[in-house]
Amino acid sequence: MTGLLVFIILVLVGVAIWQLTKIFDLTQVGAASSEVANDRDNSVNGYLMFAFVGFIYVFTIYSIYAWGHLVLGTPASEHGPDYDNLMAISLIIIFIVQTITQFLLHYFAFKYRGKEGQKALYFADNSKLEAIWTIIPVITLAGLILYGLYTWNNIMFYDNEEDVMYVEVYAKQFGWEIRYSGADNTLGKANVRYIEGVNTLGVDLADPAAQDDKVTNELHLPKGKKVVLKFRSQDVLHSAYMPHFRAQMNCVPGMITQFTYVPTITTADMREDERIKENVARINAIRTKKSKELEAKGESALEPYTFDYLLLCNKICGASHYNMQAKIIVETPEEFKAWLAEKPTLASQWKEANAPAEAPSAPAVMETVVDTTKVLAQNLN
Amino acid sequence: MSALEHGHHKQTFITKYIFSYDHKMIAKQYLITGLVMGIVGILLSILFRMQIAWPEESFGIFKVLLGEKFAPDGVMRQDIYLALVTIHGTIMVFFVLTAGLSGTFSNLLIPLQIGARDMASGFMNMLSYWLFFLSCVIMLSSLFIESGPASAGWTIYPPLSALPQAIPGSGLGMTLWLVAMAIFIASSLMGSLNYIVTVINLRTQGMSMTRLPLTVWTLFVTAIIGVVSFPVLFSAALLLIFDRSFGTSFYLSDIFISGEVLHYQGGSPVLFEHLFWFLGHPEVYIVLLPALGITSEIIATNSRKPIFGYRAMIASVLAIAFLSTIVWGHHMFVSGMNPFLGSVFTFTTLLIAIPSAVKAFNYITTLWKGNLQLNPAMLFSIGLVSTFITGGLTGIILGDSTLDINVHDTYFVIAHFHLVMGISALYGFFAGVYHWYPKMFGRMMNKNLGYVHFWVTAVCAYGVFFPMHFLGMAGLPRRYYTNSAFPLFDELADVNVLITIFAIVGSVFQIVFFWNFFYSMFYGKKATQNPWKANTLEWTTPVEHIHGNWPGELPVVHRWAYDYSKPGHEDDFVPQNVPMKDDEEELHH
Repeated sequence: MTGLLVFIILVLVGVAIWQLTKIFDLTQVGAASSEVANDRDNSVNGYLMFAFVGFIYVFTIYSIYAWGHLVLGTPASEHGPDYDNLMAISLIIIFIVQTITQFLLHYFAFKYRGKEGQKALYFADNSKLEAIWTIIPVITLAGLILYGLYTWNNIMFYDNEEDVMYVEVYAKQFGWEIRYSGADNTLGKANVRYIEGVNTLGVDLADPAAQDDKVTNELHLPKGKKVVLKFRSQDVLHSAYMPHFRAQMNCVPGMITQFTYVPTITTADMREDERIKENVARINAIRTKKSKELEAKGESALEPYTFDYLLLCNKICGASHYNMQAKIIVETPEEFKAWLAEKPTLASQWKEANAPAEAPSAPAVMETVVDTTKVLAQNLN
Repeated sequence: MSALEHGHHKQTFITKYIFSYDHKMIAKQYLITGLVMGIVGILLSILFRMQIAWPEESFGIFKVLLGEKFAPDGVMRQDIYLALVTIHGTIMVFFVLTAGLSGTFSNLLIPLQIGARDMASGFMNMLSYWLFFLSCVIMLSSLFIESGPASAGWTIYPPLSALPQAIPGSGLGMTLWLVAMAIFIASSLMGSLNYIVTVINLRTQGMSMTRLPLTVWTLFVTAIIGVVSFPVLFSAALLLIFDRSFGTSFYLSDIFISGEVLHYQGGSPVLFEHLFWFLGHPEVYIVLLPALGITSEIIATNSRKPIFGYRAMIASVLAIAFLSTIVWGHHMFVSGMNPFLGSVFTFTTLLIAIPSAVKAFNYITTLWKGNLQLNPAMLFSIGLVSTFITGGLTGIILGDSTLDINVHDTYFVIAHFHLVMGISALYGFFAGVYHWYPKMFGRMMNKNLGYVHFWVTAVCAYGVFFPMHFLGMAGLPRRYYTNSAFPLFDELADVNVLITIFAIVGSVFQIVFFWNFFYSMFYGKKATQNPWKANTLEWTTPVEHIHGNWPGELPVVHRWAYDYSKPGHEDDFVPQNVPMKDDEEELHH
């Protein structure tokens, strides 16, 4: 089947080439045979140039009409509207410049297409013109840079005095784990060398700050609270991408990175958002159609889609990179508290898992680690 | 002279066609090798585009090309998808658009346009090509090994590229990648040093720097950027080899994989990112500047007008070259580096838009009131300006640290860089081939096939890359084997099918070009000495190639390269070796 399709496509392409060459050949009647463009070539291609700028415009308008709704809608974080605003301004500037320059380029290519006897204007330079189109971009860019940096600083820097919540987002091939800092709002120390059994994040269980830490698979966040997300990775680079919050940060092995934002819309409220509702309806229409096809083949149907905020991996990390995801759920502070209260602490999970054995062996692990490093260092010396 | 002639007569097949010292032959070797690599690169992209459009479907062509191992039952394996993406990127960026483009036209044009008999060192030039060839062979051979080729993306960020446990391609495949690139860099450096020395020392009488054609200027500046930045990639690769094979920890620290803790301690992948992008960003301009130089020459010649703002063009090339070495951090806004650095890199990055804008406006003004000869080379040059604008403009979004947060590593980036450097540089490449084909092969390419090639390519290039902006703004990450793991992206499936169809049609139509190229080599119309009525010196050499380029004395240069349609002259072009008339004035600054 595929073979036949490929064959048909190749034949059609061949016919198209042959036809197009013939059209161009027909324009050559009476012209001296040479491979240098003559008046007819200039004329045909000049008109095509003009048509091409039309193609760019039509394609742009069609794209906005057909795919405009795909663009991410209402942002769910405090800085999100600033981000979207800056994006909108940049896009408008781009759109204007693109429309004008593409028109001039293609229109000139059409208007001044070569003709026998036509003489070009000897116009080598003009400092006034050149100054104008140096200064206009300078001013525009200065504005964009200033606005951009202002927003950047607002997003990336936060005041230590502020009332924030620390949460760890832990990445590994190919999934996410979340660690909450508990009542002391301090994440216990951690290192991959402590990884053992249920302690999959390598938390130092001897650290007093680690005693109330809780580990989960979903990222729950209370609405309206500034969260400082601390990122770690245990194996390769990952990137925590949270498109609905306009947030992203790489997770780097051997290093802790961070990103701060305030979620402003709960998952429940977002599901009532007009754009989201439309998107969900469209996606479910697609899924129902696909499900029917699958069922006809005797396979199981797709689950209907409900909206959720997502945490995606956005740095190539291995074979299943495309499926490294976790849900983010924004709730009211009360709901969040209730949800978190139900979760056991990592320390208690550890105790339970190692109950028949002796006391937690975490400190012992730590000692071995220190020893190996020393041994290594000594060997090197 | 006698020594030259002597050498000329003694040439055998091997010294003439294989181990040639002649820059024109080396240019042709680069060109054909680059084109062959281009075919491979494009083919790989079609394979992975098919997987994106019709995820996890079984294709006969996968069975044939990838085999049972890489595509069991004709369904592409997940890590092989990443391998194809990686090798596509590597081949297109380095082997086609760096060596193929710059290698071909630097070799062909630098001696011919400055009035030199050959490169400063013919031997090094030959060595440069053969190292490049060797590097191609090694890179291609990595496609055939059992564990698959390098799969960590063309940016080969460790730890993924360092640990075979993380992805099979990081085993032997990555080793071959690193070896191939190390040889490639050696080749590139030999070439670049040669170009720089030749331009500085071997210009003919009267060829001052301010009379150099813009092609030579850009090739010269490109070579300088290469010499400054490629060694840094070399050192980055060397340290990665150390980490992989000798247990050092330059880039690796605190790693737990496949159930065990590795010994690495104290390194940082961010260091690699810095080293990589210190080459990686200038590399964009290494790819693009030669294309812009070629275009400057072709637009002026075919507009029958001087290039507008010659000195501004040189200044912007120099400004771009300088700025290109201090903007690398814009690839790392969300890498975890200090956000303050993000501010600095945003500032320097957006500055680059200024010389770029100047160049675009100057091209447009050159067309104004011209007498445009719309040869295929001219169409591709105008096409380059068009994609350079469309692709370049979105740079102000990606170069802005704030906006980069949400479109970083999405399809928006793919759209941006493919238009601004991929397609633009490819157009420059095509333009150069159509324009200098008569110089290289003594025959003309068929213009009608050239027109068909351009128009189909132009439509398909927009068709492939323009919709990707929307995918990116919908939050679709790049390098995903399939998007079906996220119901959120179900709506994007149709767009991906459309893109793939455009990609297939566009790629298939490149056959027109290859047919035209190889057919014309033997059966094309015989070229005249100066078919495009151009001013530069290469068109004063005989059509039949001779060793040493000019049969008699070297030409003497009396004017700049852009006296087209100059008042007071009967013809609409005045070659550089025509003396100024007694009462003639220089009408440009």
